[in-house]
Amino acid sequence: MTVQYSELIQPERVHGSLYTDQDIFAEELQRIWYRTWVCVGHVSEVARPGDYVRKKVASQDVIMTRSKDGEVSLLLNRCAHRGNLVCEDQRGNSSTFRCPYHGWTYRNTGEMLGYPYNQGYGGKGKLSLGLGRVPRVDTYQGFVFASFAADGPSLKEHLGAAAGELDRLARLSPEGEIELTAGWLQHRAKANWKLLVENETDGYHPQFVHGSVFSVTGSHIGTLYSDKSTAVTRDLGGGHSENDLRPEFRKMEPMNWFGTSEARVPDYVAKMRALHGEQAEEILIEGAPHVMVFPNLFVAEISVFMINPVAVDETVQNVTAVQLKGAPEMNRRLLSQCIGSVGPAGMLLADDSEMYERNQRGVTARVPEWLDIRRGAHRERVDENGFRIGAANDETGMRGFWSHYRSLMEGEAQ
Amino acid sequence: MSGVAAQTGLDIREVEQFLYREARLADEHDYDGWEALWTDDALYWVPAGGDDTDPERQMSVIYDNRNRIATRIKQLKTGKRYAQSPPSNLRRLISNVEIVTVEGTDTVVGANFLVVESRERGTTMWAGRTTYRLRRAGDDIRLAYKKVVLVDSAQALFTLAFLI
Repeated sequence: MTVQYSELIQPERVHGSLYTDQDIFAEELQRIWYRTWVCVGHVSEVARPGDYVRKKVASQDVIMTRSKDGEVSLLLNRCAHRGNLVCEDQRGNSSTFRCPYHGWTYRNTGEMLGYPYNQGYGGKGKLSLGLGRVPRVDTYQGFVFASFAADGPSLKEHLGAAAGELDRLARLSPEGEIELTAGWLQHRAKANWKLLVENETDGYHPQFVHGSVFSVTGSHIGTLYSDKSTAVTRDLGGGHSENDLRPEFRKMEPMNWFGTSEARVPDYVAKMRALHGEQAEEILIEGAPHVMVFPNLFVAEISVFMINPVAVDETVQNVTAVQLKGAPEMNRRLLSQCIGSVGPAGMLLADDSEMYERNQRGVTARVPEWLDIRRGAHRERVDENGFRIGAANDETGMRGFWSHYRSLMEGEAQ
Repeated sequence: MSGVAAQTGLDIREVEQFLYREARLADEHDYDGWEALWTDDALYWVPAGGDDTDPERQMSVIYDNRNRIATRIKQLKTGKRYAQSPPSNLRRLISNVEIVTVEGTDTVVGANFLVVESRERGTTMWAGRTTYRLRRAGDDIRLAYKKVVLVDSAQALFTLAFLI
């Protein structure tokens, strides 16, 4: 039976079955996860030639490698002979992969190098069975993206206006580059992946879900999403959206976006001022973006999340701290604050995760069938760049996500 | 190392009794009682991705100094730390207790643990090895350091919001 997505996804509500239906999940894998651009990691994770690290794209076991020429590849972890894993270690450095089962070997770009007892195949060089490769790999600001579709929009087309938000993150580094070198926490939740994505875009929940930590730390984050906030939620198109907190940060002093002051990070601020001159002021005031890049990359100022679906009701959220190249003074603080906030024991994310899981249990109830996404629809407006924006705690981002989701799920299958 | 850590005078039985008490306070969400065990220079560390990471450069599940332990406890006590409200039902076993070495005034102790956590999501088993640094304070013992290495530290973990 064909699912009618136009019935399940309406402008102001979406159907509960989108989170629980096994067939829909299977179709999402084909139409989204193995087709559109999905973020898998960052080039800094494979900094040197020969470095490799294992990644997941939904259930696909992928090895991200860097060749001696510096090229980053995404290889499928599956021997061309009998389908065994060719790489067991989570990370390492090697120019080749050797399957332990029968000794077939491959270069870290995927080409076959050899197979033992080659007379069984008519001699050396008779077979040319390489490792599977993710057909399209591209990077933006060092983020590595994978598309399993041979053709389709380029990464630049896919990112659209979201690219500017990744630029905004990178410009916080005195060297213009971020690094994701602190390793990943892998946080597992019994919830559909879309509940995570929606929550990332949701400026309505922080005051409620995170009130406990805001109250004990005196954090100002809650007020950024209050009814009085001048921050906006922006639909960036292509399923991407941001919670643009700059209108609030612009009322504050430099570095307040990070809950600190210039005096606490003098070396960093000096470097940035020397590099950017007058423009440094804007960079140090506006801080980092809060952007959800469809379908799985979420940057929340100091933390980078990559969402990976495991099953219709299970998702792993990988998270690490932003590290700014050339800013050791900042990096220690970024790491410490990130550890306190995110992951399985994080003072923010553990409560978010609890909400996704309760949501997943809740949506199995038979009525009212729908989840409501109308908040702020009546007060949406178009900004000077043509993007739809809503108030700080409106569901503009969610509506943008669903609109793009629907177009992918309804379009011609590849 | 014999049963008595000679320089610090901590006996293995006394050490065990302390570990069992710490475990019970955590299991029963006696947050004030648990927090009171710590020294002022406390460090509470749950590494991720193995047991030999550098916590100053790499992500950890928990890496709390005394100040952050206090924040964590305060958050739990608001009753709105939803990941522990309602709280998990917990019981843990502490076993294979060994006095490993003595460093200055601290006795370094190792032990294995198994925690069974029950909450609406389901029942989860958490196992691993803990390294403690214990310090005598008058008639009491205080906890200066607790490093919890989960056997699953390299795997994806469910929310771990109770005191492990």
